[in-house]
Amino acid sequence: MHISTASNPEEHWDLEIKPGGKLFDLHLKDVWHYRDLLVLLVRRDFVSIYKQTILGPLWFFIQPIFTTAMYVFIFTNLAGISTEGIPPPLFYMAGITAWNYFADCLNKTSSTFRDNAHIFGKVYFPRLIMPLSVVISNLVRFGVQLLLFIAMIIYYMITGVHFGLNWHILLFPVIVALMGCMGLGFGMIISALTTKYRDLAFLVTFGVQLLMYSTTVTYPLSTALEKFPKYAWLIKYNPMTPVIETFRHGFLGSGSFSWQSLAFCACVTASVAIIGVIIFNRVEKKFVDTV
Amino acid sequence: MSNIAVSVENISKAYHLGEIGTGTITSDFERWLARIRGKEDPFLQVAEANDRTTKGASDIVWSLKDINFDINKGDAVGIVGRNGAGKSTLLKLLSRVTSPTTGSIKIKGRIASLLEVGTGFHPELTGRENIFLNGAILGMRKHEIKKHFDDIVNFSGVERYIDTPVKRYSSGMYVRLAFAVAAHLDSEILIVDEVLAVGDYEFQKKCLGKMKDVSQGEGRTVLFVSHNLGSIKNLCSKGIFLKNGTLQQAGDIDLITDMYLKDIPLDEGDERCTINFAPQPDKQGYITHLSLSDETGTTKPEYDVFEPVVLTAKYTVKESVLGFCPIVEVKKDGVVIFNSFLSDVDETALEGQEPGEHSYIIKLYSPLKKGRYAVTFRLGVLRVSDIDAAEDALTFYVDETSFDPTIRSYASFRKALVATVLDWKKQ
Repeated sequence: MHISTASNPEEHWDLEIKPGGKLFDLHLKDVWHYRDLLVLLVRRDFVSIYKQTILGPLWFFIQPIFTTAMYVFIFTNLAGISTEGIPPPLFYMAGITAWNYFADCLNKTSSTFRDNAHIFGKVYFPRLIMPLSVVISNLVRFGVQLLLFIAMIIYYMITGVHFGLNWHILLFPVIVALMGCMGLGFGMIISALTTKYRDLAFLVTFGVQLLMYSTTVTYPLSTALEKFPKYAWLIKYNPMTPVIETFRHGFLGSGSFSWQSLAFCACVTASVAIIGVIIFNRVEKKFVDTV
Repeated sequence: MSNIAVSVENISKAYHLGEIGTGTITSDFERWLARIRGKEDPFLQVAEANDRTTKGASDIVWSLKDINFDINKGDAVGIVGRNGAGKSTLLKLLSRVTSPTTGSIKIKGRIASLLEVGTGFHPELTGRENIFLNGAILGMRKHEIKKHFDDIVNFSGVERYIDTPVKRYSSGMYVRLAFAVAAHLDSEILIVDEVLAVGDYEFQKKCLGKMKDVSQGEGRTVLFVSHNLGSIKNLCSKGIFLKNGTLQQAGDIDLITDMYLKDIPLDEGDERCTINFAPQPDKQGYITHLSLSDETGTTKPEYDVFEPVVLTAKYTVKESVLGFCPIVEVKKDGVVIFNSFLSDVDETALEGQEPGEHSYIIKLYSPLKKGRYAVTFRLGVLRVSDIDAAEDALTFYVDETSFDPTIRSYASFRKALVATVLDWKKQ
């Protein structure tokens, strides 16, 4: 070993560590190499959350059931908001199941850097793995809650309530992908911005709550359009609205569905996700020094 | 193709001191303005060398400044330096945890770093699950971990607990398992930060042995940071000495460790050549005074290789104890070089010395090889217990200032702990 002399520029190096780096250098090849880690992290999240609890994964059910009961009581019984002829529990359960997935993705990815600072500070792996694992492990949770929702649909079908399960249900995978990507995108942007200035972190929790009320989770879009035509654009152009509406439309036949609004939502999601990944990748190199 | 595995060119890393607050956003804005106008970062120009003890004028310090070195394939390199010299920053840059402010590092081959043992271990998961998780975090594929799984479990020695959540492990078991995973990484370059400080002696030896295998047996490149010069010397052939963020010297490990030792200032708690102890009346006996001097009786911390070092030891005996035995022990880099018992020369002392003050003058072994030595003095009951002990209470430094051609083995480049001339009889 010696104090270095200028090395031969034509030599092949496997890795070059430099300040900065290219804007679109997203390490996607690295991410692919670490795919086993992704799987293991998802498994870790799932296994560890309910260890040493008696009810275990049953907790996945309890939260949406109680929230639904509460919404039915407040919005249907107290406020008398219409549910477009759908049994209120089913109407709210649809909204909650879908919204929860988006909200969980957003909430958990938005604290990626802070939550994992101790790991990120000690070992390198593509940081993108962490938010991706959050989105995927939430998918498992979402799947379980979806089972509950489907069980409810079957129950109501048996008791003879008629509603229009229709072909739009085929859009379900698209909707899930949109929710996941949007949550991931916003979450990554927030997590990147909060590494140095924590201000945004305070906004996230109640911001998500506020956002929920400007999305058609607790009321149908038609009611909002009818009662507040002036401000309804806020709800209409909320990119999550088409997702929830399509979800409800596919399973329950209520709500509005249009290709335009879904396309709009897809465009927003794509831009948010791309911007998110780029910002995230820029921040991951330096965040250890500031977080 | 050259034989270089890691090439570090002009690496610098600046850190911002103080808290991040409202003031930071204005300076961020200024830097951004400078950058879009294509100027140099105004804050880096005022950055200072990283000396943690003095208060500087600037908030920005260079944790590392203009570091250049190459490491050849298969070298085991020890990085030494005092706290805050930039050792960990260098390892962080090499392991891609953070990126440098300027310069570039080029690496050939896969790199695995072990800056901490058990990163990403989840307390709720079992040992088995954590082996997979930790292995994956360190960059192993699942099939690689499976291939090494039995070796990992064997090496860790916690087979019985492998299906128990790691939160039930003792801290030693935890570390054993974690190191075992890291030790089985299939990377060409291994970076290890002072992680061996934990774990019992037997396991530390095992870890060092494993690292030695990795570098010498398998020809992989190892970078190792430790404050234990003994293990660095044992493991590494080359060294890097960092001081206040600059590279002082790179070269043979003996040269580096000597430079490092010399650099430690002689302040309180360091080179201590005389010490007085307060009486401890509740003990059967206690040490009152220890000092080091040359043969004329001058107390001093530095000696020449051929200059005898004399220890003066005074102690008080409160009650006569059977098997009583004062002991002198001299260590270098944490290894006992020699020791001597009073009973070696005076067996009657074992029957118990009469109460009162006792004083001895002990000439230490000579010649001593270059290096830093620590002296321990103990009052003990032979093979039973210690009555009073002053562990590593005195230190002194031996340097090569004179020359005696009859004893060449004193030279520091000869790899031996003691300097001696053996009798070679031709037959």
